Amino acid sequence: MTATTLFEKIWRAHEVVAETPETPAVLYVDLHLTHEVTTPQAFAVLRERGLKVRRPDRTVGTMDHSTPTVADELYGRVPIRLESAARQVREFEKNCAEFGVELLGIDHPDRGIVHVIGPELGVTQPGQTIVCGDSHTSTHGAFGSLAFGIGTTEVGQVLATQCLLQRKPKTLAVNVEGALGRGVTAKDLVLAIIQRLGVGGGTGSVIEYRGATIRALSMDERMTVCNMSIEAGARAGLVAPDETTFAYVKGRPRAPAGAAWDAALAGWKTLVTDAGARFDREISLDAARLAPMITYGTNPGMSVALDETIPLRPGDAIHAKALEYMGLEPGQRMLGQKIETVFIGSCTNARLSDLRAAAAVLKGRHAAKGVTLLVVPGSQRIKREAEREGLDRVFTDAGAEWRESGCSMCLGMNGDLVARGAYCVSTSNRNFEGRQGVGARTLLASPISAAAAAIAGRIADPREYLA
Amino acid sequence: MDPIRIIRSRTVVMPRTNIDTDQIMPARFLTTTTRDGLGQHLFADWRYDAAGRPVADFVLNRPEAEGCRVLVAGRNIGCGSSREHAPWGLCDYGFRAVVSTEIADIFRNNSLKNGLLPVVVDEATHEWLIANPGVEVTIDLETSTLALPDGRRVGFPVEAFARYCLLNGVDETGYLLAQEPAIRAYEARAGK
Ligand code: SF4
Repeated sequence: MTATTLFEKIWRAHEVVAETPETPAVLYVDLHLTHEVTTPQAFAVLRERGLKVRRPDRTVGTMDHSTPTVADELYGRVPIRLESAARQVREFEKNCAEFGVELLGIDHPDRGIVHVIGPELGVTQPGQTIVCGDSHTSTHGAFGSLAFGIGTTEVGQVLATQCLLQRKPKTLAVNVEGALGRGVTAKDLVLAIIQRLGVGGGTGSVIEYRGATIRALSMDERMTVCNMSIEAGARAGLVAPDETTFAYVKGRPRAPAGAAWDAALAGWKTLVTDAGARFDREISLDAARLAPMITYGTNPGMSVALDETIPLRPGDAIHAKALEYMGLEPGQRMLGQKIETVFIGSCTNARLSDLRAAAAVLKGRHAAKGVTLLVVPGSQRIKREAEREGLDRVFTDAGAEWRESGCSMCLGMNGDLVARGAYCVSTSNRNFEGRQGVGARTLLASPISAAAAAIAGRIADPREYLA
Repeated sequence: MDPIRIIRSRTVVMPRTNIDTDQIMPARFLTTTTRDGLGQHLFADWRYDAAGRPVADFVLNRPEAEGCRVLVAGRNIGCGSSREHAPWGLCDYGFRAVVSTEIADIFRNNSLKNGLLPVVVDEATHEWLIANPGVEVTIDLETSTLALPDGRRVGFPVEAFARYCLLNGVDETGYLLAQEPAIRAYEARAGK
């Protein structure tokens, strides 16, 4: 047998029909995650054509993108401010009921951001193919599953056939060695990887993150890294499952148990890239040299270490245009830049460990005057666990608003917005123009960097706030 | 879907690199539950000012953009969010092809499924198109070539099956549905 990559193994195990020069592969989908924003037009097609959802048992729905995070609005005690969002939520409820799709809806205790709840409930498992009408589906690759975002037409195809037409992507190994320094997190690591690859550097590829640094990461951290694979343009990002993965999955509500667990585990243990397997491309990074990172521009590749200055790049019109939007100067130091808003949330960094890390920085301190601090847990489960640990009190004592779970300020479609021209240090994944609201200026960073910025009212070095 | 063969049009040029789908269709327009009418929101934050008035020097607001079917964009257009609302908006506005040196994966897929042709050309051709906005080009899907006004033709790659579907108006969903026996056999074989 020739040595094969992890990606190749998962791909082959899901080929219903292999690709030919004339036709793409028919690829089977093990798990289809759905949400309110990218499904209405797909269900409409099913209805037009008189089709059923082929495997409702492999389909799970939740509400996250357009749902308000203010409890009164979310639970209907006061009307949702955005009528179109309310309509979308109602339509999804109706579609799920009509087509027999399980919905972790507004009042469900397991509701949350789609990429947070899959892993947390144990529906996300190693070796699966997972799709969702959302580009950050790459998050689930942390479990050694092939997980990628699809468009709404494809959502309809998966609903109807449980399959997709796919050309086999290329493989890209990202090898990371060296220990992350104090205050340097998985978020900083992935920002450094994207800076290195560029925002289109991964186009057409599936990344496998490898090396001792990756092996040493927790599942939450691996999810943060895989989550942002798409920001380098990659189709998906994955990490081979190991004891860390198995320990995380074991005992989750929907994970296999008993004999089924043993059988599953035996299969999962074969999910590795064989020694000597070839990738189409490889890059290497030394994690020990990294510092906390922050973005200064309008795509996630435009980042610097916190203590660096913004690159000069004379003659680069794109760079100039991005800085003009951001209201920043070439050569300027990012440390000390005044900020107005801090958002701790999103599928990148709103898991319990992220909230704990931010709380450790904020404990006994208060956000600077004039800073709006919003903390939004990734799921209702995380919300409850955080409250049990008293993290919510740490946040509210620091002057933060503590909300119901959802995408919130990660994207401007649910009422949580950054003001025009305001700077927001955000733990989310995209700093595109207007992503957090028209004219909003997003600075992507880790939860501890965001917490430090909230306290200082400026971009600050989180290492100065660590115990 | 109607078959596509030839697209002949003047170009609109947006030289920016990395035009993400949040720019093509800002998130606040994603609460729609249909595909219709998204053309009016296309590039909304570049096209309109804070008061909702058209920004005079934005390329789509200039009279010469009227009726153009081909958008020439900087490298890596369509990166970011998987929202199909981006190609829906481009199609609804009237575009039939997007030309660049690099087109992001999900956006490219979504475009093909909506009859919006993603055309990846070489750097030199791209540079020339950027430097000469408004020229008439002819895109021939059958031969997978783009012809410039001086008669020069450059090839571009299109995935074979997508091209077949576009040329013949074949519906991919129908093709997948016809795979049912193979899907059932796979499920039995793989224990799914
Ligand atoms: S948190 Fe942000 S990136 Fe994640 S699914 Fe929601 S909108 Fe998308």
